[in-house]
Amino acid sequence: MRRATLLVQVGVLARRSVVRTLRQPAMVVPSLVFPLMLLSINASGLDSATKLPGFPTDSYFQFALAIPFVQGALFSANSAGTNVASDIESGFLNRLALTPLRRLALMVGQLAGILALGLIQAVTFVLIGVAFGDGIAAGVDGAVVIVVLSLVISLAFGCIGAFVALRSGSGEAVQGVFPLFFAALFLSSMALPRDLIETDWFRTVATWNPVSYMLEAIRSLVIEGWDGEALALGFACAGGLALIAMLAASAALRTRLVRT
Amino acid sequence: MSGGFWSVARAVAWRNIHSFFTNPAIVVPSLLFPMFFFTAFAGGLSRVDQVPGFDYQSGYTTFVYGFVLLQASTFGGIFTGFSVARDFESGFSRRLLLAARNHGGIVGGYWLAALTRAIFTVSVITTVALIAGLDVNGNAIDLVGLYSLAVVVNAAAMLFGTGIAMRLRTMQAGPLMQVPAFLLLFLAPVWVPFDLLTGWVKGAASFNPITLVLEAGRGFLAGDPTKVLPAFGVALLIAAVTAMWARGGLRSAERAA
Amino acid sequence: MSEAAIEATELVREFKKGPRAVDGIDLRVEAGEVYGFLGPNGAGKSTTVHMLTTLLPPTSGTARVGGHDIVREGPDVRAVIGAALQEAALDPFLTGAEHLRLQTALHGIRGDDAKRRSRDLLARVGLTQAADRKVGGYSGGMKRRLDLALALVHEPRILFLDEPTTGLDPQSRSALWDEVQRLASDSGVTVFLTTQYLEEADVLADRIGIIDHGRIVAEGTPEALKAEISRPTLEIIPAEHGELERTRDVLARFGEQATSSPKGAAVRLSQGEAQLADVVRALDAEDIHVHHLQLHAPTLDDVFLEKTGRSLEGAAEEEKAEATEEVAAA
Repeated sequence: MRRATLLVQVGVLARRSVVRTLRQPAMVVPSLVFPLMLLSINASGLDSATKLPGFPTDSYFQFALAIPFVQGALFSANSAGTNVASDIESGFLNRLALTPLRRLALMVGQLAGILALGLIQAVTFVLIGVAFGDGIAAGVDGAVVIVVLSLVISLAFGCIGAFVALRSGSGEAVQGVFPLFFAALFLSSMALPRDLIETDWFRTVATWNPVSYMLEAIRSLVIEGWDGEALALGFACAGGLALIAMLAASAALRTRLVRT
Repeated sequence: MSGGFWSVARAVAWRNIHSFFTNPAIVVPSLLFPMFFFTAFAGGLSRVDQVPGFDYQSGYTTFVYGFVLLQASTFGGIFTGFSVARDFESGFSRRLLLAARNHGGIVGGYWLAALTRAIFTVSVITTVALIAGLDVNGNAIDLVGLYSLAVVVNAAAMLFGTGIAMRLRTMQAGPLMQVPAFLLLFLAPVWVPFDLLTGWVKGAASFNPITLVLEAGRGFLAGDPTKVLPAFGVALLIAAVTAMWARGGLRSAERAA
Repeated sequence: MSEAAIEATELVREFKKGPRAVDGIDLRVEAGEVYGFLGPNGAGKSTTVHMLTTLLPPTSGTARVGGHDIVREGPDVRAVIGAALQEAALDPFLTGAEHLRLQTALHGIRGDDAKRRSRDLLARVGLTQAADRKVGGYSGGMKRRLDLALALVHEPRILFLDEPTTGLDPQSRSALWDEVQRLASDSGVTVFLTTQYLEEADVLADRIGIIDHGRIVAEGTPEALKAEISRPTLEIIPAEHGELERTRDVLARFGEQATSSPKGAAVRLSQGEAQLADVVRALDAEDIHVHHLQLHAPTLDDVFLEKTGRSLEGAAEEEKAEATEEVAAA
């Protein structure tokens, strides 16, 4: 029995995942345009908030620049979930199951599409930040760290999307979960620093919400420079969520790809 | 269904309203999104009312509520436009056009449905806002003014969406309905009063008719009516223009049926 | 006796909260044979195929495909089978050529061998010109042909085709039939074909298994099965349309009503061709003038009716609702 090596399998599935993602402008373009549009509107609309005592910067654009990175990741979740659901609904997953495919290769291959989109988003947002803002305080190295963190965040949410798709087998379920992701973004330190959130319950929710730390890590690199604690918390939350989501998606794939 | 305007409108409205209330996939998002906005921004941005120059007396919760009310009214109308598009895509609208003697009643029916959906959504959101500390200083007349303005906005949005749906007759027209509505809503003093806006958004808001509507609405809530006539004037003008737009859409759909 | 290509013993598949989709199937398909699995929607055809292709473990029973046990030797089974399942199972954003590249790579076929194999398969299924177009733009027939090509990439000895021509136009269907016949006769591939189309089973299959409610109710060559039923169908088109009802009443005296064209009435003659003269005399006695009369030999639908008490076409509607429940239960 002939069987491709794991590396070859990962390679071809990764290529497929990247190609099919990039061939769907209806998925790629909104994930870039929508966050940038909101950034532009909010940076101008909420700039007066920088006059609040204790606001960390005098440019709301610099403060809000972290948001598109997380918003983009939410679109990645939708894209990954929709692609996986489409494979299940069309029977393509069964086709793959009939080949000597290793489950690990399928998982890693799917992730490649998520990471490709995440990379395009991250680089775009960094360049916009540099072009229209006051640059990245942590410099070029900081920009690279932002891209890396952004990829980890994309991975986390992408795996959540894939998990939902694998469990439900349905694109509609993925769409149904999408608003919950936005809730997670809204109920964070997205719009104001946590210490300036006046409403107690909101501040508590934002403090427990891992998305707050992801935003704050990116924000620290943009506004302040190198803040070890913020970076550690951001990477820990993103990385932890990514690990849990990958394990969950992997378990769901084991159930979905039931072969003897 | 061969009767006049109102009997056709009632029949179309009933079907749409029934479909709305029996389908969680439609009801839930239409409630969730405005509530998210309200909760996130009234809760997360409440300190913004301490920015120097923030002069809205009724507090930030009420300030945000004014926007959320406008948003719910607008998207209540737009989502009815989605229903119209769905009906065309499924072929149901062709049956409507053949069966109904008075085609204007079809649009009238969708308008009644949009209004009913908006009343439901606004009621729920208002209840949540009151629990969250909404401070309404306006009197009964102010409130009549506020919700009348919301009704006009809802009708205008619905007519706009319907005009697009009837011309394109496909669910893929959704973004064409949503994006203009979104831009009109957000290129306005959403988070802070007009005077505290800066940059290009301030320029856009100064030309945006929705700015007048939003400020009038907030004035009603604060018991300090402001720019009432211009706000109603502009809202009614938009409604009249979109009514003609919808009428043109209806003619287009009739030709294609 | 040499080892069969496919052999199943008491194969059962139960789903939660539902009836048994497959209720104890025994079958044996010899190497090089085209075996037709005929039955209405929801009869258990696809479930059987999913088990035999290792995509679904059986609840009980055993089966060997290509000499390997479907439960204990799944990878070995998959190495020797190809399958084109009920859905065309294609990625609309990839081209035909990209699909083949993916499939060959996953099967460990590389370099020039992969290119040659892809080229040959595309030519074989008539998709060379369309190879670089995205599959989303393919017609239904083209998708089915690509599906077949992908199933043949690793030159399997056994091919499973699950309702391969459902939804295709007559020309595409005919082309696919030709390819299946060529595979079996020229390449000696064993073909296990499920279908709900009587004609397809009749034309393609060396032997047919008729399945209903998860059990095989009849098995044999098409000729042998039809010969068991010596009841032909007689169709009468009366000269005047107004006489149709009375024609039906007369025919009802000679057997069960059968499917007919809209202008006619048909009956399965309970005692065979010998009743023909009696029918004509009865129509004459009622002063019914006959425009057209035709005697049809027994069909597989007659076989199905004999074995199950229902017509295959009538059973299709009835089974639809049950099939929906089974899928939901799975």
